Amino acid sequence: MKLQKASRYALYAVLHLASEPGKQFSTADIAESYGISIHHLAKVLRTLVRSGLIESVRGVGGGYRFAGNLRRTTLWAVIHEFESLESEIDTPDDLTGNAAIVIRGLDSVMGEIDGLNRATLDSITLKTLLRYGVENLERES
Amino acid sequence: MAEAADIDAVVALDAEITGTEKADYWTDVFEHFAGANQRLKRYFLVAKTGDDQLAGFIVGEIRAWEFGSPPCGWVLALSVTPDLREQGIGTLLFEALCTAMKKDGVTTIRTMVLGNDKVNLSFFRGEGLAAGPYIELERRLE
Repeated sequence: MKLQKASRYALYAVLHLASEPGKQFSTADIAESYGISIHHLAKVLRTLVRSGLIESVRGVGGGYRFAGNLRRTTLWAVIHEFESLESEIDTPDDLTGNAAIVIRGLDSVMGEIDGLNRATLDSITLKTLLRYGVENLERES
Repeated sequence: MAEAADIDAVVALDAEITGTEKADYWTDVFEHFAGANQRLKRYFLVAKTGDDQLAGFIVGEIRAWEFGSPPCGWVLALSVTPDLREQGIGTLLFEALCTAMKKDGVTTIRTMVLGNDKVNLSFFRGEGLAAGPYIELERRLE
């Protein structure tokens, strides 16, 4: 599974803001922290505001802050604003014979993998993920 | 440990959450896990409020050598009264089960939850459980 760039940027941004709820960060702050394009991130942040996961703060020192529920919002809730994580096997609909058998078989396996990916991402809340990060850092040090 | 007097409340809580009343099932579970013939490695624990009302329950057992798995604790059921959620009751029950199983010499705890059961999946993730080396497989019997 490879997440699209927009999904990855969205996860960085939402988790960055969620790591200090109530505190606001500018687009530049977040882009610099992760070494990513400020222009692409700005577009992603606008989508996240529309989804209600973050909110924009206007005025001097304005920026964005987390607006979701740390214990309820899952990684999938962030990602599915940008992609469906459905594997696509581009083939004509009118295949017959061996080709139809092969494609049906592959569709079935890819569907199983997609379902597991989504279930995993939908089981991990932002709070749990941030805890994983802290625990892994502590273990490494 | 659950007592026979708790079963009606367990049946009612489970029916409230799942939408299906399973009195026979829970009576069997009680007899199997906490009744007079209980074995040491099966648990049916309940949490009670100050006025002796059921707040939640957890059922678990230790299984061994299924497809090579060393003795391992399994959580088979966990429910908390909806009005009393987000107060740490599920964690309390889960930790009590872990403590009891650890004393039995178990070093791993495992469960199986529906992929779309977000409440339980998120709960167990929050308690530190992650995907393990076993994969659930099934097929329809037609």
